[in-house]
Amino acid sequence: KKKKERSLNRVFFFFFFLLNIFLLFFKLEELHHEIDSTNFCMFLIFLFSSNNSLVSRLLLLLKISQKSALLSRRKREEEDEEEEAKMFRNQYDTDVTTWSPTGRLFQVEYAMEAVKQGSAAIGLRSRSHVVLACVNKAQSELSSHQRKIFKVDDHIGVAIAGLTADGRVLSRYMRSESINHSFTYESPLPVGRLVVHLADKAQVCTQRSWKRPYGVGLLVGGLDESGAHLYYNCPSGNYFEYQAFAIGSRSQAAKTYLERRFESFGDSSREDLIKDAILAVRETLQGETLKSSLCTVSILGVDEPFHFLDQEAIQKVIDTFEKVPEEDEGEGEADEGEAEAAAAAPAEQGGGAGAGDQDVAPMEM
Amino acid sequence: MTFTIPIDNGDAVKIAEAESQRTLYPYVTGTSIVAIKYKDGVLMASDMGGSYGSTLRYKNIERMQAIGKHSLLGASGEISDFQEILRYLDELTLNDNMWDDGNSLGPKEIHNYLTRVMYNRRNKFNPLWNTLVLGGVKNGKSYLGMVSMIGVSFEDDHVATGFGNHLARPILRDEWHADMSFEDGVKLLEKCMRVLLYRDRSAINKLQIAKITEEGVTVSQPYSLKTFWEFSSFHNPTAGAEGSW
Repeated sequence: KKKKERSLNRVFFFFFFLLNIFLLFFKLEELHHEIDSTNFCMFLIFLFSSNNSLVSRLLLLLKISQKSALLSRRKREEEDEEEEAKMFRNQYDTDVTTWSPTGRLFQVEYAMEAVKQGSAAIGLRSRSHVVLACVNKAQSELSSHQRKIFKVDDHIGVAIAGLTADGRVLSRYMRSESINHSFTYESPLPVGRLVVHLADKAQVCTQRSWKRPYGVGLLVGGLDESGAHLYYNCPSGNYFEYQAFAIGSRSQAAKTYLERRFESFGDSSREDLIKDAILAVRETLQGETLKSSLCTVSILGVDEPFHFLDQEAIQKVIDTFEKVPEEDEGEGEADEGEAEAAAAAPAEQGGGAGAGDQDVAPMEM
Repeated sequence: MTFTIPIDNGDAVKIAEAESQRTLYPYVTGTSIVAIKYKDGVLMASDMGGSYGSTLRYKNIERMQAIGKHSLLGASGEISDFQEILRYLDELTLNDNMWDDGNSLGPKEIHNYLTRVMYNRRNKFNPLWNTLVLGGVKNGKSYLGMVSMIGVSFEDDHVATGFGNHLARPILRDEWHADMSFEDGVKLLEKCMRVLLYRDRSAINKLQIAKITEEGVTVSQPYSLKTFWEFSSFHNPTAGAEGSW
């Protein structure tokens, strides 16, 4: 009887082993299915072979080899794709109206790179207020710093990052849309509708061969019938609504900070919101001491028209958290440590390229 | 008539077209509209007549229409221009609905839009021959305004157009007060409409009353007012002057 069992076992074993091999070869593309089926087979084999240690060792080997094969295949595929992309990138990036074989418009993506080169802009919102803040950057010590935050209307403001000339033109467009709506309807243009107009305008530039995409990312904050909103408009013509967002160089540090805190923003008070914005700006400075001359902060709210905070008000807020060195230094160090770690990775791409480009492209800020 | 030399053939066509399409006089007209603000919103009354000059030709014209979710428009003057305005507003509210973003056009916005339209048409010497009354309620606030055919617009607690300005408004100035109940408001409007019925030759005894509140618009079924003609001086009108009629 034992002999019968054993031979039966072996038959089962070989059957499932073959099935396994077959599945391995025929379901090569469906990685997910492959894992499931092989696991299922292995489970069956274990069921039928109780004592046979040889079987279990073989199975283990099989499992390991499969996994490594999978991993190595995945890696190779990824590398191939990257190589392909790099090889093709230069061929398909002359025109904005040329698709790449992988379905991308490289000119539009290059335009979004331009946004990453500009200095940081940050926006956050509560239910009733929106705060926009940016880092002041000057071309040289002699010049004044670039204006990056614009008032569009009493209830809408915009912060830009990227090619500031494009940003200026777009804010002028937004202002005229807003004014025209006010004139015809005697009531403020809902910010959600303005953002769609902007996005449609940007999309046009991605579909005409004689145009180029706008090289500026816009953080639009404004009021609606349903309260305060913050949107981000991409050069690609997409727009997204955010609770808080940061764009521009070293914005990853600010984003990390905001990601930790954003859930509380909805019910934040006006003062807390301003404080969070300035703290986020501090994150992008990465070690530089935060002074009120280095950042511009603006706020708008349900009962508060858009306006900039003056230097003194900003300095007061800075003093509240930079004043207590013992308590805050511990927190600050932890924050900076995290921020540095997070910023180290993008800094290689953003900072390195940025440093190289800044000599060449003075128009980008 | 000045003779203008057209620069190219297209100009001549345009000038000819322009001349023939300006509004010079109205043809089928509606008479007054009377409207008041009351406790829950706005009440508006109008009769259902359309006069073709001095003939009371059409007796089933609805001169009040709901616009969007929050407004009610009443018009006196040229009926075809009123229908044109309704088409403009239909397009406007359709586009507003298509946004589907929680924002909607309230009575103030529509009133201003109409003011712009009327004023622009007047500037082109091609007016829409109407006096419009716009009432509505949005977010608890009631709104009542008027736009004339030359673009004069204003808001008030009670408005009237055409003959109503002369006959109804004095009554309203005396007897209107804030936060009237629905029954009181209707009684007041009926009083005004009765005076208009007696004294306005283009009024007919078939009227509708519309109300707009936060919930929406309801336009009543047409009904007629009770009138009294048994005044003693009506019995023998020629008593004082034999031979006259």
